[in-house]
Amino acid sequence: MHPRDLLNEAMAGLLARPVRSVLTTLGTVLGITTLVVTLGVAATAGNQIVGRFDELTATSVTVEVPENPFPLVDWADVGRVTRLRGVVSAAALAESDQSANLSVRSNDVVDPTRVTDQTLTVVASSPGLPAAVKGRMVEGRYFDAGHIARGDRVVVLGRHAADMLGITRLERAPAVFIGTQAYTVIGVLGDLKREKSLASAVMLPPAVGKRYGLGTVTRVLVNTGLGAAELIARQAPAALSPGNEALLQVISPSSPTRARDAVEGDVNALFLILGLVSLVVGAVGIANVTLVTVMERIAEIGLRRALGAARRHIAAQFLLESTLTGLTGGVVGASVGIVVVVAVCAAKQWTPVLDVRLAVMAPAAGAVVGLLAGLYPALRAARMEPVNALR
Amino acid sequence: MPEPVILLDDLTKEFPADPPVRALSAIDLRVERSDYVAIVGPSGSGKSTLLNMLGLLDRPTSGGYRLDGIETTTLKDSARTTVRGSRIGFVFQSFHLLPHRSVLENVMLAEVYGRGSRRGRRERALRALERVRLSHRVGFLPGRMSGGERQRAAIARALMGEPALLLCDEPTGNLDSRNTHAVLDLFDELRAQGLTIVVITHENEVSERAARRVRITDGTLAEE
Ligand SMILES: Nc1ncnc2c1ncn2[C@@H]1O[C@H](COP(=O)(O)OP(=O)(O)OP(=O)(O)O)[C@@H](O)[C@H]1O
Ligand SMILES: [Mg+2]
Repeated sequence: MHPRDLLNEAMAGLLARPVRSVLTTLGTVLGITTLVVTLGVAATAGNQIVGRFDELTATSVTVEVPENPFPLVDWADVGRVTRLRGVVSAAALAESDQSANLSVRSNDVVDPTRVTDQTLTVVASSPGLPAAVKGRMVEGRYFDAGHIARGDRVVVLGRHAADMLGITRLERAPAVFIGTQAYTVIGVLGDLKREKSLASAVMLPPAVGKRYGLGTVTRVLVNTGLGAAELIARQAPAALSPGNEALLQVISPSSPTRARDAVEGDVNALFLILGLVSLVVGAVGIANVTLVTVMERIAEIGLRRALGAARRHIAAQFLLESTLTGLTGGVVGASVGIVVVVAVCAAKQWTPVLDVRLAVMAPAAGAVVGLLAGLYPALRAARMEPVNALR
Repeated sequence: MPEPVILLDDLTKEFPADPPVRALSAIDLRVERSDYVAIVGPSGSGKSTLLNMLGLLDRPTSGGYRLDGIETTTLKDSARTTVRGSRIGFVFQSFHLLPHRSVLENVMLAEVYGRGSRRGRRERALRALERVRLSHRVGFLPGRMSGGERQRAAIARALMGEPALLLCDEPTGNLDSRNTHAVLDLFDELRAQGLTIVVITHENEVSERAARRVRITDGTLAEE
């Protein structure tokens, strides 16, 4: 028997009952759609989580400077880190236990209806802090090298700290009191992506910070380009404190690929089971209908046997019919699934991640489902004796 | 002397039952090339059983059956299928045309399981339809045609591949007298062209047209 003839007969068999063929396909369409949607959305969602993970952490390097008889890192040393290839921004910070809970107040006019005294953290930083925490100046500006050199009594407030102190505008150069000392507020820093706790802190120039035990650098925040974190993590200590690099502690991001695997593994296992269950349901549907079709076409089977069809020809035809049914379901299911994944992504403003293998494997899976579902009915058809089939 | 088309030797068919049913008992039959044989007999006498034997649709319990010189009783299932497909054309009482396929496609179906080439199949089918004078119904679906036309389409299908034997089981059982005439005229023509025809019938009109009548009673044959 010529393969073209086999295909012809199978197609004619399916097209003879178009409505039934379409309905038979539905189960597989549902199964494959579920599978493609679940896998597609899982992959996309997994990628989103990893994407955020990448943005936040994969480019953040922190160098901790321990207490030491002499300062390990000088404020000016940060400049050397900034010049390293792969560093996007860097800033030095000084924090101390002594300055962690200072009483800060917005002016010396005591308003009885309002509690203006706040307990806030005070830190000192190098001028590059806004970029280093990936924040922006909501109001005013950050202090610069000039302020530091002149020893200006200026501060920048974290946005939350400014809210708590009731400072919203800077036109009239508001002042804050740290203890008894007055400082001019020149800026408000907000929208921090890193070191979010600084939103409720008061930032001082290092020259002024000495007064509160903030004279020496305790931490250096570094942001790198994508993929450069590992290298910078190795180079930064030497750049900051040549000869003492072993004393510095570097905190660098964990490998992003492992994070991705962990996320996808969990999500996929659950969704895969769902899709596979739907596929089994689809297979049972095809098997059922094909069996009914075989029983209805006993006379046709008898005729074909009389015309010289061997058992394997009969089996092949029914197998091909069920396989084509499954394949059609797979193709339609894959298409619908991809459309749904794209729609979900559009709704969630995600970037769809469509695995080409999935688009190819889904129809193939449908065909395999059809093939397996057709095995028993095809066997029944082939086993029929021509005499009985023609009776 | 050439081989006969059919040579039955002591052919017996028993159906397992309690007691066993001996549908054919020790039958001898010889049908020469371009013979036209009618097999007649009352209901339950074994006509269909004999046709199933002749058409290689069922195996005898014992005895020999040479078709066109080939001993068929020792053949394996697949070889019997090949012989059946290539040497026997079947005509059934209920036509057995596929309802969703055109007349032409139904006729072409006869070659689907053969070893022949696909090339020229359409032309051969058209020629077979010409032989049964159905050239004007080539694209019709079977449901749109009269009983006589349907049976002629079925005969055209049986003629594809030039069979050695045309086996007909009550070919006019579903036809009125006018259509019966048309089919019988066609048989005469085919026989004149050298085809061997065996017809099972209980209609006198059909059996009288045949050159030879064989009566079967309780599984035994007798020439008339
Ligand atoms: N599969 C079977 N099992 C048991 N007995 C059978 C079987 N097939 C046929 N028979 C018996 O064999 C005998 C011959 O049956 P067959 O069908 O050949 O008769 P027939 O001459 O074709 O009758 P009709 O004219 O009614 O079609 C009958 O008695 C029938 O009951
Ligand atoms: Mg009968």
